Amino acid sequence: MMELVCPAGTPAALRAAVEAGAQTIYCGFADETNARNFPGLNFDRDEMAAGVAFAHARGSKVLVAINTFPHAGAEAIWHRAIADAETAGADAVILADIGLLAHAAENHPGLRRHLSVQAAAANPDVINFYAEAFGVKRVVLPRVLTVAEIAAINREIDVETEVFVFGGLCVMAEGRCSLSSYATGKSPNMNGVCSPASHVVYAEESGGLTARLGGFTIHRTAKGQPAPYPTLCKGCFTSPSKTGSDQTGHVFEDPASLDATQLIPALAHAGVTALKIEGRQRSRAYVAEVVRSFRAALEAHAAGRPMPEAALAKLSEGQAATTGAYAKTWR
Amino acid sequence: MPVAIDLTVGPNPFFWEAAAVRTFYQDLAASPVSQVVLGEVVCSKRLPFWQDEIAQATDALLLAGKAVAISTLALVTLKRERKATAALAEIGLPVEVNDLTALHSLPKGQAFWVGPLINVYNEGTLRWLVSRGATRVCLPPELPLDSIAVLARLGRELGVAVEVWGHGRLPLAISGRCYHARLHDRAKDNCQFVCGLDPDGREVDTVDSQKFLVVNGVQTLSQSTASMAYQTEALHEAGVTSLRLSPQSDNFIGICSAYAERIAGRITAADLAALLIPHVPGGRLSDGFVRGDFGAHWSGAPATVTESIRHDL
Repeated sequence: MMELVCPAGTPAALRAAVEAGAQTIYCGFADETNARNFPGLNFDRDEMAAGVAFAHARGSKVLVAINTFPHAGAEAIWHRAIADAETAGADAVILADIGLLAHAAENHPGLRRHLSVQAAAANPDVINFYAEAFGVKRVVLPRVLTVAEIAAINREIDVETEVFVFGGLCVMAEGRCSLSSYATGKSPNMNGVCSPASHVVYAEESGGLTARLGGFTIHRTAKGQPAPYPTLCKGCFTSPSKTGSDQTGHVFEDPASLDATQLIPALAHAGVTALKIEGRQRSRAYVAEVVRSFRAALEAHAAGRPMPEAALAKLSEGQAATTGAYAKTWR
Repeated sequence: MPVAIDLTVGPNPFFWEAAAVRTFYQDLAASPVSQVVLGEVVCSKRLPFWQDEIAQATDALLLAGKAVAISTLALVTLKRERKATAALAEIGLPVEVNDLTALHSLPKGQAFWVGPLINVYNEGTLRWLVSRGATRVCLPPELPLDSIAVLARLGRELGVAVEVWGHGRLPLAISGRCYHARLHDRAKDNCQFVCGLDPDGREVDTVDSQKFLVVNGVQTLSQSTASMAYQTEALHEAGVTSLRLSPQSDNFIGICSAYAERIAGRITAADLAALLIPHVPGGRLSDGFVRGDFGAHWSGAPATVTESIRHDL
């Protein structure tokens, strides 16, 4: 059976995910060292050690994401996070920065290293580079690849692959996007946040609700319509055209979230080791429900039964789901 | 005091006709820039239309005394893209790495440059790249002056040139999806090269008509043109060795000359900004990132290094 890698933003979510059948949990410390650095989220050092002990006692693993890019002059904060993850008993650290990978390989050789999606390693050559240079054992693939491309990658590499199957969908190559900081000054790479709530303002205007990020209008929804969170790349914009046919719409991506449940058999066939669920910012009830659903789907696949239909539709943002880049037509 | 800043012209991110490319590099040979990076960064489908210009442009630039490098793509996925990336190492020019894929095939010991699309945020990463053979590193445009100062100082110690994004629409994101084709209701595989219609990218405004972004094929850029007009002294003091100027369609040679005048102290920041505004696409400048502000902001004022960082330098 493929490994299910589940998010935990809090110790309670970690316990809920383990109890719902997650083989592996990923989480981060409560600071800028991880890419879900949201207020009230993540683990202090004692919580991490307790969480790892809880998971290990039930046969589950814990991966610690230290996947932002250390600030010049402040690398010690990130180095300490790696040392503390090892002390807490983490089964692996998830890293993106070259300097941090080199540091971990040299100073913590016994700690397994996974390559974060924030490194956007999108082909066999670059994956083999990370494996050879830094001893990376698993790579989380960026959400820009088709299933066929994933299968081709797995034929040319020796390390494991992990792919996203559910939750928020980045349409840009991760770790290489400064859209959020262009509008707000806060970026995924440097601050572990994207389109942060601290910079969102809602206004009742002309019969609808306008959502702005750093003063830039991301979308306007009519009264009574569900208003999705104003993530920059899911916004509604207008592109003026020289030929007069202006285009208004979701220029980058619709406010849909990823659901690749139906692709589980194809991803297994493509040689994928682990399936990842996005959402460390989600509630423990959400995490438990998604984990149960995917665990059931994986068991169905292992038993040769068909995939369950749309069990998670109500958990998707804006009620719409997409298989994203896994289908070539998405491009 | 560190040596004077010089100018590097980055690879053209846009899709121009071969004739326009030819004229552009012929003219650039006579401009006051020291380094030029050629090559296709954004989309491998464009390259067959203008790659025959590269050899001639290289010869002219080398003859004029410029150092020339050839860039990789920003996002390598396809098999033919991997082959083309590996083949760059055999051209005989330094490769500017904008996707780490190139390091898989680049022979150890062969010098290379690092482009602004590689995540060089800290000392550990800079050190590792220099140990692997990097001789020139253009820092990511997102970095504030504090980070730039720390990395430029380390660059000086390590003997590597440290460059900063000096002028041009900011490369904010790269994707597997082609937004230009999407705006024309086409898929990437049937794009019919619509990005070629917009020599500086196609503007994407908010629904309240705020100028915001620009799409350029699979790349998303800022609508504003980033400019270090007010930052040249601060960057020089921080130890930055070069400013990178990114091509645009209108009067680029004049823009290069204007930056050269500014670096030489012959014109003021305000003079330079006034020269730029009529020529930059969309007419807006920004310098928010270097000041630790949001990127779209235009301060019209120099950034300063935080006292605690300055103390450690």
